[in-house]
Amino acid sequence: MSGPSLMDSLFQRSLEDLIKGLRQQLIGEQAFISKSLEEIRKEIKSTDLSTKSTALLKLSYLSNLHFQDMSFAAFPALEVLSSPRFSHKKIAYHAISLSFHDSTPVLLLITNHLRKDLNSTNEFEVSLSLQCLSRIANVDLARDLTPEVFALLSSNKLYVRKRAVAVVLRVFEKYPDSVRVCFKRLVENLENSDPQVLSAVVGVFSELACKDARSYLPLAPEFYKILVDSKNNWISIKVLKIFSKLAPLEPRLAKRVVEPICDLMRDTGAKSLLFECIRTVVTSLSEYESAVRLAVGKVREFLEDEDPNLKYLGLQALRIVAEKHLWAVSENKEVVIKSLSDADPNIKVESLRLVMAMVSEHNVSEISRVLVNYAIKSDPVFCNEILGSILSTCSRNLYEIIVDFDWYVSLLGEMSRIPHCQMGDEIENQLIDIGLRVKDVRPELVRVARDLLIDPALLGNSFLHGVLSAAAWASGEYVEFSRNPLELMEALLQPRTSLLPPPIRAIYIQSAFKVLVFCLHTCFMRGKSIAPSASLDNLPAGVSASASYESFDDFSVENGADAAVVHGQTCASAPITKESIVNILNLVEFALGPLLGSHDVEVQERARNLLGFVDLTKPEILTSSIHGKRDSEGKRVETSKIIKLMHDAFSKELGPVSLSAQGKVSLPDGLVLKENLGDLEMVCGDIEPPSSNSFSFGSPFEEEKDGLSFSNLQIKEDNEQSNESTSLLAAHRKRHGLYYLSSGKSEMISNDYPPANDHMSQGDINDNADDLVKLTAESLIPKRKPKHGKPRPVVVKLDEVDEKPVAMKQPESRDDSLSGAVRDVLFGSEDIPPTSSQSNLSNSSKRKGKEKQHTYPHIESKESAAGDGNSSSRRRKDRSQGKERRRRSPRKNDEERKDADQKEKKKSSGRHKSRQRAEEPLKVPAQTPVIPDFLL
Amino acid sequence: MRHNPEEAQRHQKSESGIPAFEAPENPDFPFRLLSRMIHFVLLISRQGKVRLTKWYSPYSQKERTKVIRELGGVILSRGPKLCNFVDWRGFKVVYKRYASLYFCMCIDQDDNELEVLEIIHHFVEILDRYFGSVCELDLIFNFHKAYYILDELLLAGELQESSKKTVARLIAAQDSLVETAKEQASSISNIIAQATK
Repeated sequence: MSGPSLMDSLFQRSLEDLIKGLRQQLIGEQAFISKSLEEIRKEIKSTDLSTKSTALLKLSYLSNLHFQDMSFAAFPALEVLSSPRFSHKKIAYHAISLSFHDSTPVLLLITNHLRKDLNSTNEFEVSLSLQCLSRIANVDLARDLTPEVFALLSSNKLYVRKRAVAVVLRVFEKYPDSVRVCFKRLVENLENSDPQVLSAVVGVFSELACKDARSYLPLAPEFYKILVDSKNNWISIKVLKIFSKLAPLEPRLAKRVVEPICDLMRDTGAKSLLFECIRTVVTSLSEYESAVRLAVGKVREFLEDEDPNLKYLGLQALRIVAEKHLWAVSENKEVVIKSLSDADPNIKVESLRLVMAMVSEHNVSEISRVLVNYAIKSDPVFCNEILGSILSTCSRNLYEIIVDFDWYVSLLGEMSRIPHCQMGDEIENQLIDIGLRVKDVRPELVRVARDLLIDPALLGNSFLHGVLSAAAWASGEYVEFSRNPLELMEALLQPRTSLLPPPIRAIYIQSAFKVLVFCLHTCFMRGKSIAPSASLDNLPAGVSASASYESFDDFSVENGADAAVVHGQTCASAPITKESIVNILNLVEFALGPLLGSHDVEVQERARNLLGFVDLTKPEILTSSIHGKRDSEGKRVETSKIIKLMHDAFSKELGPVSLSAQGKVSLPDGLVLKENLGDLEMVCGDIEPPSSNSFSFGSPFEEEKDGLSFSNLQIKEDNEQSNESTSLLAAHRKRHGLYYLSSGKSEMISNDYPPANDHMSQGDINDNADDLVKLTAESLIPKRKPKHGKPRPVVVKLDEVDEKPVAMKQPESRDDSLSGAVRDVLFGSEDIPPTSSQSNLSNSSKRKGKEKQHTYPHIESKESAAGDGNSSSRRRKDRSQGKERRRRSPRKNDEERKDADQKEKKKSSGRHKSRQRAEEPLKVPAQTPVIPDFLL
Repeated sequence: MRHNPEEAQRHQKSESGIPAFEAPENPDFPFRLLSRMIHFVLLISRQGKVRLTKWYSPYSQKERTKVIRELGGVILSRGPKLCNFVDWRGFKVVYKRYASLYFCMCIDQDDNELEVLEIIHHFVEILDRYFGSVCELDLIFNFHKAYYILDELLLAGELQESSKKTVARLIAAQDSLVETAKEQASSISNIIAQATK
């Protein structure tokens, strides 16, 4: 393809032509763009720089707003960059900062262009070059151009100087060694009188302080001066940001700045500055009561303002205060609760968080009740937001605020019936988790599960399938608490279960299996232990499977008290008669027969298992029911043996399994994993019944329950794990002894919860709000011991996994990892991979170790002296962590010191200068020779 | 202004497809590594058309489209009297609507939202002064100039110049540099020189 002719360049479309064309095209936008791209590809090869630059401009337009690839233009962009004309340069720089990234191949070639322009006498060219550097800088560019940037830091053109200051941040990030070169000049600029330069410098420091505040403590006097003197709001905001990072580190500093900040808060008219003051006080100066009071007063003004922005920010500030000063929230709780019905979803979410912050174990049930009512009336998004926050608050730290689990389980059941509820998965997890952990709640859990299972309407809602699977599992696993297993059976086999996805259907079938085994077992065992006539005498004559459920219910309620009491014995056994069992067996055959041909392996297999079991037992039951029990004693014994086996297999209790459980199992000698599955029998002999029948119920079901999906290959490990879990559980039982079920519980929790779809009138919202106001007040009454009817049931905890507090420490831990990474880079020294180089400035300065040793204990002791009074617990923790780390090992100590050095290095606040000079020459040879040390 | 119905439809779809509050933090978006105040600036028209994008954190082209699609959906669907902040992937997006354009800036959680609102307003005022009561068409046809102005205002995601007058002066100075260069380029003699080269 030949280059474009003169005609082409004369009649080249300009950017404006392109834009016009694009807006008026008749051939479709994409077609037009690709046509233009073709033109551009041709034009960009032109030798004429004007043509080339216009092409480049058009291309950057298409790239920027229509997301076309422009990587092919990297080299032409460099060519345009070399043009002497300012207009061309501008276009080229624009294109480059738009499209270049770390892996652009021609990046290496740009260094000299940038250097040339950085040294240009035209301040705008310098500015363009800096701009570009700030965007595309990588390690090489940052290293090679450090001297130029350093020179510009003291340029007498303020315009250039302030831009150089801003770029320094990027250079530091990419090439930490440059800190040694540039830092001193950067600090000198803090004294600059020009507000723009000052603003840029303070901006740089506020970003640096975010990463690693301790390093900048020595500069505090300078920042303080700026804070007090500054008349410029932009600068004040940035200085406040710095102090909010520094103040928690140094109590003396906090004490010093709290007054000026309060003054600022009182005097300023600018909302942004006011807000920054508030935020600084509530985050970093929260132990200064008067300052916090002032800030909360200002927050109240925000909350009462018409402007939704201020309202939102006020709520946010309250949320920060709430961690330490809950009174601030309660003072404003009317506004907070009113905001729950604000038009703005963000404000609603924010006020929801605040309400959740007020939740305590005394008012959790009442607040949840009101919130659930809000949820029923709100739009789907906020409804789920509410439900999600109830779920997460209540489950925090292993349900630490829940005392009455029966209530909580029924709340879970109720929440899943809310029309918009999409939290099915979370509810599912919690239902199973509570079932496993809290023994006492199981009867109620089974009741809730029954209510869910029996409602055919719920099967149609795909969001609820998770909840239903948990309900099915619970009712199968804890069937001994059921008042009416037969009814459960019918619920599990109802025709509408065909709406369920196959995996959940499989759980249904498996649960039906368990329930059936339980029914048969109770029936048979009763026949054995008690005289059959006696048990039959107990039954009202008319009770059979065909009788209405009401009669069952009445009956079992009568027996309810003792039914719930003793684990798996008399409970519900009464209504089970031969006839009802036969009916159930027929029902199973009828319902599952079609599933034998199911395409889903899991469903098919479970159905087969269950039907196989029915085939085994049914003839026997039929005959025995006709001929009386003693007729075929021999066969009977055989059948009851099978039933007993199955029952034993299912009644083995499953507990929560620690994540690290597998690791605790020492590999038995002579066991070769992954070789021969025959070994399984040896390992699992004591878990699985040694029955010869082919039912495979053990491990696959556990998979379902844990929500894990192991591949078949892993079954072996899986079994081993369950082995481990039972032994753990046994150990746990030994340790904690027996827990008693409190009596009469199931009656207390009656059905008095309103149905989910009971839409309240608008007036009720206000009632709700009033309720909430009252309720939240309770959270503040200090330590009022609630009159719990019963003690909080035991929640099974596993050692390692659970004890980790699940509290919301997220941001902190993230920071930790960040500074950890910083430290790594520091000590990883010279060979930092270019991508991972973070902002930490200087892997270099290893020199001032000694000095550091002097200063640190110094600060430390001061801190502890001042901190004893009213320092926040959080800071104390920080500090003690720091100390701990220092104590832990001398090597760590050393690292820490180096870490600090690097900052020390940067402080050139005069005080240490002389010593610095004395020490530095010793170690200079160790540094990379490329960069001259301008500090010397 | 032409308005492509297909385009609008696509945007509506994406609107409903995006949950308003998505899970925070996505490792795909690595900007916490770089410190800066503003991560990106977006100008989106009411119809969801992008009018200007400026990225201060590294994004691939694919991420850019994704960001715009998501944010466009969230922001355009918000009503007029709501607050100007949106939580988005662990960041905060401050937006404000001027005429038919939404100006959006993405910042960190602990940055000052009100300050950013002021920066946006500042930018709009400067544009207004430069174009003489600016409208969307000005930005469409002078897209590069809007960039140059933004570059004067912000550098590496930090506010550079808080004086409107200074920015105006700087832009004018650079414009005159460009103009003289252009005149040279388009003079007849120059073209003849090119042709006979």
